[in-house]
Order: sequence, then structure tokens, then C-alpha cells
Amino acid sequence: MRSVGTLRQVALAMMRVGVLGYGGGPSVIPLFRHEVVTRLAWMDDAAFAETLALGYALPGPIATKMAAYVGHRAAGGVGAVVAVTAHILPTCLATVALLSVFGSLEHLRVVRDMIAAVVPVVVAMLARMTFDFAVRTKRSLGWKNGALSMVVACGLLAAQVNSALVILLYLGFGAARSHIQRAFAALRANGGRRS
Amino acid sequence: MNLLHLMWAFFVANALGYGGGPASIPLMQDQVVHGFHWVTNSQFANILALGNALPGPISTNVATYVGYLVAGWPGVLAALVATIVPSAAAFVGLRSLLARHSRSGLVRGMTELVQPVITVMMLLLTLQMSRTAIGGVGVWQFVGIGGLSLFAMIRWRLHPAFLILGAFAYGAFVMPLASG
Repeated sequence: MRSVGTLRQVALAMMRVGVLGYGGGPSVIPLFRHEVVTRLAWMDDAAFAETLALGYALPGPIATKMAAYVGHRAAGGVGAVVAVTAHILPTCLATVALLSVFGSLEHLRVVRDMIAAVVPVVVAMLARMTFDFAVRTKRSLGWKNGALSMVVACGLLAAQVNSALVILLYLGFGAARSHIQRAFAALRANGGRRS
Repeated sequence: MNLLHLMWAFFVANALGYGGGPASIPLMQDQVVHGFHWVTNSQFANILALGNALPGPISTNVATYVGYLVAGWPGVLAALVATIVPSAAAFVGLRSLLARHSRSGLVRGMTELVQPVITVMMLLLTLQMSRTAIGGVGVWQFVGIGGLSLFAMIRWRLHPAFLILGAFAYGAFVMPLASG
């Protein structure tokens, strides 16, 4: 593949997205789009939208997948490594710095109070994410199947089945489901032709 | 050994987290709190808070934090590689293959069916964290801070980073007064 950008461009663009993107993966997507489509014109809007959709089809953080792909497209394998590194390095350093500060002050009453006071905010954040995921479940599976699959998952997790195993189980069923549906559709189509 | 455990924990959490970074949060918690006992629920809540108050992807922030806590800089590297490399390499390498299969419905069927599990795990994590929060600040402050946060996020669309800073300020200045 011909390189469309320099490593320097890749590094600067991905660092900007990383430093300016507050609030985790999904909130940085518009920033990616701005750098890659608008400013550097490495992809058009349609290609960007397709890449994003495909990115969500794979597990793992979306931002690092996007950074790797953009870097690879612009400057090959080295570009991918540079892009991901530039994207996360500033925050990584800040995280470790904060951790060290907190760690050395943890014995202080004030810091313990600060740490305790932030947990309810995290609960609110998690509650909101739960709601978002519930809405997504309803949108893709519908009320009945969505609720049923959630109740079953809840039962499995309550019975102490390993969470990774539960996900693998659902993934397997999801993969099989499309095959089963296709087999049924083919059967019906054949039946229709014969009669 | 710790490095291998770190890699395993973050590989599992991110390889199964469909739907972007947030989907991995309950999986990461399961690994680092229940699986390997590296951090407590309250520590994990604070990691999430700081990870959210800082820019950058939440999964890599959590990986950095826990990796550093468990094994210093080598730990950071191990946790980050396990978080990023499998999915990023798969994405770069398999994009064209993926494009074909996403139309066939196989990939869609899989990602759609993972969502209910993630929803339930997220719900259970929310309940667990509520218990931790009540243990830390008591029922009334939990309801007050949590309720106000939820309201501010939904009604005023306030970014969580401000709420986290606000909660830190509350813990630093108001809570010492209340407890004398």
C-alpha cells in the first residue's frame, strides 16, 4: 500500500485525539473523524463510517482499533504502532503520575474521604451505561427476546457461572442463530419453489 | 507470573467486551477484583473515576493503573499490550474479511447477542458499587451525591469529569466538617 501520510502527521493527529478526547472511546469518534476525514483527508466520510461500524463488530476498545487502522492506512505497520502509542502515551503518563500522588497520600484522612465521595458518582456513571446498553439490547433484539436473554444471563451469572463463559455461550448462540435462520430461510425458499 | 496474569486478565476482559470500551468495564472488574484480587471495589471505582476524568480511552487507563499497581512499568506494558494488540491487529488484518461477514449476518448475530449479557453484568456491577458506596459514605450521602450526579448527567448533560472533581472537592472540604 502506498503511504498517504508521514509518521509525524500520524503521531501528531493521534496525540491530539488522545489528549482532547475526554470520556472514553465513543466520545472521541468525532475527533477522529475531524482529523482523518476533514483535516488530513486520508479517508472519505463513507470509508470512515464503514471502518467505524466494522470496528464495533470486533471486541476491545474502539479508539485504539481506530488509531491502529488509521496509522496503518497512512503509513503501514510502523504507522499503526506509532498511532496507537501517540494516542495513549500522554494519558498513560498522567495516570501513573496521579496514581503515585494518590498512593503516597492515601494515609491522609482527607484523601480517604475524597476517595469515598467519588464512588457514588461512579455508581451514577455505571447506572447510565447500564441504561444505554439496555436501550441497545432492546433496539437490536426487541422487548421480548431482549428481556428473555437478560433474564437467562442474570440466572447464569447468579449461579456463579464464569462471566467469560456466559459471554462465549451467547456468542456461540449468536453465531449459530444466523446459520439456523439462514437454513430455515433456504428451506422455505426451496419449499416455495416446489409447490 | 504476575505479568502473565496481567496479560491474561486484560486479554480476556477486552477480547470479550463487545461494544467499545465501556463494555469491558464489568469484565475488567470481574478479573481484577474477583479473579486476581489486585484491587478492591472501592479502588476500582476510583480507577474508573480517574480514568474518566483524564482524557483517552477508559480501558487503556484502567490497564495502565492496574498494571502499574501490580508490577510497575513492566506491568503497564503487559496490561496495555494485552488490551490493545489483539483487537487492533485483528482489525487491521481482517478488515476486508470482516466487511464480507458483517453483511452475512454472522458478526451481527454475535455482537447483538452479547449486548444483553453486558447489560446484566453492568447492572450487577452498579449494584455492587452501590453497596461499596454506602459502606463508604452512608446511605444519605450516597443517595445525595449519586442522585445529583445522575440528574446532572442526564438533564444538564454535564460531563462526568466535572462531577468527579466536584465529588473530590466535597470529600476534601465538606465531609471533614460533617464528621467533626
